[in-house]
Amino acid sequence: MFDNDEDRRGFLKCMAWAGTGALFAFDGGIAGSMGLDSALAAPVRPSAAAPFTFVQVSDSHIGFNKPPNADARATFREAIAKVKALRVQPDFIVHTGDVSQLSRDDEFDDAQQILKETGLPVFFVPGEHDMLDPDGGKAFLNRFGKGSKGAGWYSFDHRGVHFVALVNVADLKPGGMGNLGAEQLKWLQADLAGHSSSTPVVVFAHIPLWTVYADWGWGTDDAAEALKLLARFGSVTILNGHIHQITQKVEGRIAFHTARSTAFPQPAPGTAPGPGPLKVPPEQLPGMLGITDAMFVRGNQRIALIDSTLSA
Amino acid sequence: MTRAFKILSFQIAVLAAGGVMMTTVATMTHAAAPPAAAVQIDNFTFEAPTLTVRPGTTVTWTNQDDIPHTVVSKDGAFKSKVLDTGDKFSFTFAKAGQFGYYCSLHPHMAGTVIVKG
Repeated sequence: MFDNDEDRRGFLKCMAWAGTGALFAFDGGIAGSMGLDSALAAPVRPSAAAPFTFVQVSDSHIGFNKPPNADARATFREAIAKVKALRVQPDFIVHTGDVSQLSRDDEFDDAQQILKETGLPVFFVPGEHDMLDPDGGKAFLNRFGKGSKGAGWYSFDHRGVHFVALVNVADLKPGGMGNLGAEQLKWLQADLAGHSSSTPVVVFAHIPLWTVYADWGWGTDDAAEALKLLARFGSVTILNGHIHQITQKVEGRIAFHTARSTAFPQPAPGTAPGPGPLKVPPEQLPGMLGITDAMFVRGNQRIALIDSTLSA
Repeated sequence: MTRAFKILSFQIAVLAAGGVMMTTVATMTHAAAPPAAAVQIDNFTFEAPTLTVRPGTTVTWTNQDDIPHTVVSKDGAFKSKVLDTGDKFSFTFAKAGQFGYYCSLHPHMAGTVIVKG
């Protein structure tokens, strides 16, 4: 079921446009990692099914204007220009939250305008910065969450892949981390019930669905209950943001990945007194911001993720 | 020259009088002011995490971070709006008791105000 190497090489060849960046090929959840050069050096045979791609952007923090980034709008524009420049245009964009800095209308407006330039559908989940209007997230939902349930969760199917958008930034509990809540977990159970275990699943949410660093709240308290519901699926990819740096891990058949921000980097877990913006010199900033390209090939249930920076 | 000296003297007198008045006002304000205490929010922590004050004390939180925070009591007694960098929130604790609070954006940030007479 997962042993079709020719397809993998086929789509790796297609990824030649992606430029620099680490490459991760997920094989039924077991990740193989290699440099892009060696991947391209492998024998290539044409892929049986046309691959499709989507792009993840995260933590644009439109409105942020302090060190190390005086203009988060400008860096978001750069990131979107990178998407527009991709030779193989993605089917859609996923934004994993913290669209805005303070949930202000002008911040949401600008994000929307910049994204519109791609002409692509965009799927959103809110970050905690998008819940700051007096109504606790209504401004975001009215704009970006039409048709969603509860605090903004939903799912959709695209070319045989089931995509699930979860919200773990609503109704957070004192002393806790991210939180999905009983109502959303119940919905997730019902949502997944209709899908066979062979359906590849991609889950996206703002805060990581595994505990990256509890001292800074970088995790989701009830994530284990969601992961239990996902455990029967042969291929699960979980895409998160929030921590403004790349981390990844594989647990069983579930691959976890966090994306860079397009606004500012944050320190690696425990390397600073707090998780505030990492104040890097201007020349280092573009190398610490970026986007994630995800490529899926039908039939072998693998997703390749390529992270590229604004300097690449 | 003499006239200039007179003007200068007058100015000094006005300044001195003003100073006395300001001191008096300050003393009066001080005498009338309820007790106050401050909590700085820095590096995603409330400093100090536990604060003990007398009843009637007004506590003012100031966000020193580059990231917005909130100050929300666990029992609903008080709730700030979003505090961006430099923004302040004040609450007067009238009665004795223990008041746990947290940041609703970063709930691992928590603090307690203990009010006792």
